[in-house]
Amino acid sequence: MKNVKRVDIIFGAYTQEKYKVLEQALKKSSDQIISEVIESGLKGRGGAGFPTGLKWKYTAQEKELVKYVVCNADEGEPGTFKDREILTRVPRKVFSGMAMCGKAIGAKKGYLYLRGEYLYMLPELMEELELFHNSVKEFNFDFKIEIAMGSGAYICGEESALFESIEGKRGEPRNKPPYPTVSGVFGKPTVINNVETFVNTMMIMRLGVDEFKKLGTSDSRGSKLFSVSGDTPIAGIYEIELGMSLQDFVDEFGDGDTKAVQVGGASGFCVPRKKFKDTIIGFEGVPTGGSMMLFNSSRSMYNVLKNYVEFFEEESCGQCTPCRVGCQQLKKGIEAVKKGEKSAAYLVTLQKLADTMKISSKCGLGQSVANSFSSIVDNFKEEMIY
Amino acid sequence: MANTVNLKIDGIDISVEAGKTVLDAAKELNIHIPTLCYHEDLCVAGNCRVCVVEQEGARNLVASCAMPAQEGMVIHTNTHKVRNARRHVVELLLSEHNADCTKCYKNTKCELQDLASEMVITEPMFLDLVPEKNYTVDNYSPSIIKDDSKCIRCQRCVRTCHELQHVSALGVAYKGDQMKISTFFEHPMLDVVCTNCGQCVIRCPTGALVEKNYIDQVWDAIYDPDKHVIVQTAPATRIALGEDFGMEPGNIVTGKMAASLRRLGFDSVLDTDFTADLTIMEEGTELLTRLKKVLVDKDESVKVPMFTSCSPGWIKFIEHMYPEFLDNLSTCKSPQQMFGALAKTYYAQKKGIDPSKIVSVSIMPCTAKKFEAARPEMRDSGFQDVDLGLTTRELAVMIKQAGIDFESLPDEKFDSIMGASTGAAVIFGATGGVMEAALRTAYELVTGREVPFENLNITAVRGMEGVREASVKLEGLLPAWSFLEGVELKTAVAHGLTNAHQIMDAIKKGEASYHFVEVMGCPGGCIGGGGQPIPTTPEIRKKRTEAIYREDEGKTIRKSHENPEVQEIYRDFLGEPLGHKSHELLHTHYKPRKRF
Repeated sequence: MKNVKRVDIIFGAYTQEKYKVLEQALKKSSDQIISEVIESGLKGRGGAGFPTGLKWKYTAQEKELVKYVVCNADEGEPGTFKDREILTRVPRKVFSGMAMCGKAIGAKKGYLYLRGEYLYMLPELMEELELFHNSVKEFNFDFKIEIAMGSGAYICGEESALFESIEGKRGEPRNKPPYPTVSGVFGKPTVINNVETFVNTMMIMRLGVDEFKKLGTSDSRGSKLFSVSGDTPIAGIYEIELGMSLQDFVDEFGDGDTKAVQVGGASGFCVPRKKFKDTIIGFEGVPTGGSMMLFNSSRSMYNVLKNYVEFFEEESCGQCTPCRVGCQQLKKGIEAVKKGEKSAAYLVTLQKLADTMKISSKCGLGQSVANSFSSIVDNFKEEMIY
Repeated sequence: MANTVNLKIDGIDISVEAGKTVLDAAKELNIHIPTLCYHEDLCVAGNCRVCVVEQEGARNLVASCAMPAQEGMVIHTNTHKVRNARRHVVELLLSEHNADCTKCYKNTKCELQDLASEMVITEPMFLDLVPEKNYTVDNYSPSIIKDDSKCIRCQRCVRTCHELQHVSALGVAYKGDQMKISTFFEHPMLDVVCTNCGQCVIRCPTGALVEKNYIDQVWDAIYDPDKHVIVQTAPATRIALGEDFGMEPGNIVTGKMAASLRRLGFDSVLDTDFTADLTIMEEGTELLTRLKKVLVDKDESVKVPMFTSCSPGWIKFIEHMYPEFLDNLSTCKSPQQMFGALAKTYYAQKKGIDPSKIVSVSIMPCTAKKFEAARPEMRDSGFQDVDLGLTTRELAVMIKQAGIDFESLPDEKFDSIMGASTGAAVIFGATGGVMEAALRTAYELVTGREVPFENLNITAVRGMEGVREASVKLEGLLPAWSFLEGVELKTAVAHGLTNAHQIMDAIKKGEASYHFVEVMGCPGGCIGGGGQPIPTTPEIRKKRTEAIYREDEGKTIRKSHENPEVQEIYRDFLGEPLGHKSHELLHTHYKPRKRF
């Protein structure tokens, strides 16, 4: 039996009748939709892995008249490119998922927040959107989707910064609480999910909860799109059931000389070869929004890390101290150690700083810098120094 | 829903009102949590992260300023984790900060310095980032210096400018390591919508935003035997100056202030309150004249409501934001500028001093007064009318430099001429004060009777509501003013430019109509001015306001038209309010400015 279980559901063909799955789903009650999504065990596909059904339930419980559904298509995590593919090939499934979520929570308006670099997709998305609006009208369901364009800032993929951006403000994360389920875009209860998550919810409707649950493991239900890049002969996007070991993954995708895999992009974790066997890809192990970057022995992990911290130094929104200044210090710090201006012991100071950034930054960006920083410094200390 | 929540902080149980933050709750327990971006007057930012605390059960530390107190919460404010994180935060800020403290105007008055000192930071933990930063200093404005090398990006200034003042001259630009507080396309503060109000200056925790100080220039003038250096002091300085010497807010130090100025070496210690009274004479007459032109002559070129023109922050605001209302602005110069114009004419003549030898200094609760003094409109005496405008804070610095023990000074009086004032003048310092003073005089002028309020206190225009309205029915008028018989004089008062913006929008949309509107640029009026002692809080402003009204009640003369020196100047020099000489020296017009 193959240990990497590839499936082909997400990009599967549309139903013959347009928006048939959505039409069926809209016949269900709000409670029914929510309980099916909860029952499926689906967790958010953006990387953080919050249970999707619960998010919908909390938002549905809010008493406000106006609520929103937001689709996070800001896909900015380095090494992730699966949402681009979904929106190019099966946008209908995304719009359907948003509409069904609207039905579940009582929202009449959805926003698709599209990464600035994906502007070129707009004509085709608008075409599909017209079809979508006609269809929901036929189904007597009042729901409109608007596409909001991002402008290229990584931070706008953070949900509350994304809301600010939709509202026309500078994209800076908000304080939490309140959470989006209570006060999201325009201060109203909002469900915000990743592109793939919305497709998954439609998958649940089409296959049924039981079939969906057969995919993956008890902690990580369903299949997941992986964006495979780096030192691999077969870079690309693959739909795989969750729960495989990293060793299995490397056997399938590596070039025979894989030294490390960066799981989850710049904000994820770096796993060295010696831990491949014991690392499970999924919520019980190392979660990922789908980015899998493979590095072979020709790569300098110092350069890899420097590239990440440079990325964060530039993409921090700059408002909170630990993230804004911390990223600068991490970058300058590893440079100084490399040049011999600081002793190797300074790496310990930097790791403590990274730990502080993890627990005291205002949003997920600053909090996750430590993931790649500490995992690379811990596992490749020699490469940092010599 | 319960109105209180119960939580535990550092082992102590406490109930607080729902909606309060963890920081509020800790304050109630007298547990001090350090803060930098937090300010009582502003919305919560939660961006400096120095107020982090540990919440049991939470994965990360939480920012106590932004975290609502919740039922059953268990908080620790002084754990190893917390102290480490706070230390890191302060070290990080210092690594980005030009920490050359001895060369900083805010040395020993800096919140970052205080924290560094409290943490006993002697060796920097991290690398110095400053050399690579290309920080710039904007010192083009005569009022405010913005030094980016001192900025800790707490955004208090940004929030102040936006929330309190509706100006948004300051905003956040760029991101990541390049993130900075800047202006429209990084133009100098002088060239943008900045009103010079200095509200950012009194909220900046460091030396990034400070007033441009003219302390050395004043000393140079005082030490120049060839110069006759006179000084005027604004109404709101005398109830706040003591704070810079450790006195409680709300102490009236008028006499000590006069004494200290004399000891500093000023040749004559005079009072802006004198020209505040004069302003009432001019502005009150102007209001009544406008009303006659509008109501009787039906002259459409004359505009009502008439707006007060004492506050230079408000003047610049209207120039930028509502230039179409410039004709509604009273043509009266501010008391500072009336004083300046008269000092080098009337005062010079009376004293027999060559006006070119006079150096005219003002002590103001205000940073915008510096800009106002430098305006090209303000040279009607043939010279720059006011040479040097100082803030209350700068005066405090000079007193300290001179080695004067302020608190032990005796109470002394102002010199004459241009030193006498009434209670109506001193209330100029509080929001609503100009309106109250004007009503006291104008009402009496048209009726021959005192305003029908107990003890002359027109409480309807007092207080801290952002916008207040009051109307006075004019009845039983003297024959000369009978055309106003039965008119309900409608007035409004606004303070802080966000409230000014509200009232202006209401007027613009026709939702509100008034005859006379007082606007002060700063929250609370001049007592909360950008040149006043730091810090400012609602509580401090309240105490200063109470002191202003106490000072008024303590005066024997409380109506501007009864000021003997005012009567004297009309008799000997000006002739009559709005007369030829007044027009020449005391009135002016302003020009529209661009809105960016």
